[in-house]
Amino acid sequence: MDLDFTPQQQAFRAEVRAWLHDNVPKKALASYDTHEGFEQHRAWEAKLAEGGYSSVIWPKALGGRGSDLIEWLIFEEEYHAADAPMRVNQNGILLLGPTLMEFGTAEQKVRFLPRMARCDDMWAQGWSEPNAGSDMANIASRAIRDGEEYVINGQKTWSTRAVFANWLFGLFRSDPQSVRHHGITYLLVPLDAKGITIRPIKALNGKEAFAEVFFDDVRVGAENRIGEEGQGWNVAMATAGFERGLLLRSPARFQRTAKRLVQLYRRHQATADRDPSIRADVLKAWMDAEAYNLASYYTVGRLAKGGRVGAEASTNKIFWSELDLQMHETAMRILGPRAELIDDPEVHDWLEGFLFAQAGPIYAGTNEIQRNIIAERVLGLPKS
Amino acid sequence: MDFTFNEDQLALRDSVSRFLMKEAAPELLREIWETGGGRSPELRAKIAAQGMTGLSVPEPYGGLGMGDVDWSLITEELGYYAIPDSLADTACVATGVLCAVPGAEALRQQWLPRIADGSARVSIEHPVNPWVADAHLADLVLAFRTGEGGAVELHAVPGGELKRSAMASIDASRRLATLPQPLGASTRVLADAEAQAVADATLDRAAVAVAGQLVGLAQRMLDLSVDYAAQRKQFGKPIGAFQAVKHHLADVVTKIEFARPVLYRAALALQRGERHRAALVSHAKLACGDAAWTAARKGIQVHGASGYTWEVDLQMFMKRAWVLDAAWGDHAFHKARLAETLLRDDAPLGPAATLS
Repeated sequence: MDLDFTPQQQAFRAEVRAWLHDNVPKKALASYDTHEGFEQHRAWEAKLAEGGYSSVIWPKALGGRGSDLIEWLIFEEEYHAADAPMRVNQNGILLLGPTLMEFGTAEQKVRFLPRMARCDDMWAQGWSEPNAGSDMANIASRAIRDGEEYVINGQKTWSTRAVFANWLFGLFRSDPQSVRHHGITYLLVPLDAKGITIRPIKALNGKEAFAEVFFDDVRVGAENRIGEEGQGWNVAMATAGFERGLLLRSPARFQRTAKRLVQLYRRHQATADRDPSIRADVLKAWMDAEAYNLASYYTVGRLAKGGRVGAEASTNKIFWSELDLQMHETAMRILGPRAELIDDPEVHDWLEGFLFAQAGPIYAGTNEIQRNIIAERVLGLPKS
Repeated sequence: MDFTFNEDQLALRDSVSRFLMKEAAPELLREIWETGGGRSPELRAKIAAQGMTGLSVPEPYGGLGMGDVDWSLITEELGYYAIPDSLADTACVATGVLCAVPGAEALRQQWLPRIADGSARVSIEHPVNPWVADAHLADLVLAFRTGEGGAVELHAVPGGELKRSAMASIDASRRLATLPQPLGASTRVLADAEAQAVADATLDRAAVAVAGQLVGLAQRMLDLSVDYAAQRKQFGKPIGAFQAVKHHLADVVTKIEFARPVLYRAALALQRGERHRAALVSHAKLACGDAAWTAARKGIQVHGASGYTWEVDLQMFMKRAWVLDAAWGDHAFHKARLAETLLRDDAPLGPAATLS
């Protein structure tokens, strides 16, 4: 057991720190849930890509650094310590990218991955449907083969920032007789295709953070299919493992929030201490962010030694989403009656973060689904 | 950067686990409760024969010279099997005290070989604990006392020379006592700043040892509850098939997953004498205590009425978790200590702050 970073790791950290110091926008960007903010974030991430930092764990040939997960943790620590902007291109980088690398043809990789890394294409996810949320195998949207094309009809929903994106990766039922996770095909669909209607859905913050996407005889070439026809479920799930779960929310993000919370508490200690539970909650925020960080290093270390991490990764999702909620709830209580003043500079980020934290236990598999996974696949309890 | 255990450490943990599974079954522990002293010389001898009493003792004194990181895995096993012996107090914590006292070579010569071979039990009195565990059987008591003027002193007293007044605990495997008599210059081995430094390190080492036992207890209560939920049937199926029951147990898994790495981090901070040692140790004690209390609460709920009985083994582990949670610093103590570090201007806040 050794917590010292190697000279190479320290050099990597210094290099990342220097680059971020020179390049992180001095002025905060507008919300990426607006057209203006989306384009600002896209420009920022294009710059990140120029530096080779769009996704450090991607191979060098695809615009990454070929880093291991320790270097990824270091990058994230520096990124959040530098107060750099939230990431807007995660759907592509984290969800579609690894799937393309594993299942895409050589032609598909060349066509999509470099453009993804540079933010030339921005990707929306098309998995959930009105009747397929937690029960995702219940999807009904169809993609029926017609010669060298698929004809798509149906509806997707909760598609994050689909209003601003230009491509969608989705799961569609290609065998109308099939049920559950059989007969599903993974397709890439340009969002300007004829027959697509995008209807924005306003989120809690009043911004068009996600959308419904309607497909009316939309024709997509078979060259946009990933993996075999009917194998879409397996293609989508194969890369849904631990790395994705960890990469979605790095510990540094929460350690930065915990730091801001301690600072907020200290600025308002005289009023906050009227409720002694606030101080306890501030301490809990620091402890849980620290625990999430240590658990990540512990897991990454075991993976590096050839260990396997399975369904216990579901504990991660539960832990960080509840931590994020708890930290923002505590900040709201410290801010007291001012907490509703959305234009107050001290309030704004906490309030936006508080609203977003409400979604944490719901997206990426609800925490109830995660608890079922832990009970059935870690503890071996019988299916319901 | 490699925050994992090596193969030797894991192999030692596995062999200790196999040994305790065989030699310290719940039925045996219940038998030991009924004996006068509450301790089994036979079990103690077997533990010593395994080399467990000598893990921390430096090699020149007949031990294996292992460190706090090695111990963190072993204390989990002591908790998992609810070992009644105050083994960790003697073999880990007291050994640490004896090794840390400057110029106490005679004490070391006298006691460390006996600790290693299992023939000496050592109890520790510390201001943070109101009572002393296993004082009735102690061959040696190491007592941190607050002397005149409020400064800490360390005394080394043969157990037989001390008046001991027993206190009953709800945990039948605990044997507590107060040591009311004043101690004078004749037993004092250390005073002032030097004594304070050893007292602080002792508290941290003991808190980490208890934290390890707590997370081991949490794992045991989880395992017992999973077994029960898989076997007990209601409405025609195992109760473990119901989501309400599953979610209780999934919560325990999550608590344990995010307590263990904190324990290991604290052990390393202790071993390396790091600057933020106190905060990291307090975090470990709180996180492991939280995991154990959650496992107890959820465990008894899953067990239903049988969990409330004397007969079902869950009670042994619940009671141990409840009482150890307040040993070597209760919640208020450790939260106050954590706050002291986190609310300072140079607090370890933000990404990577506690890693280097």
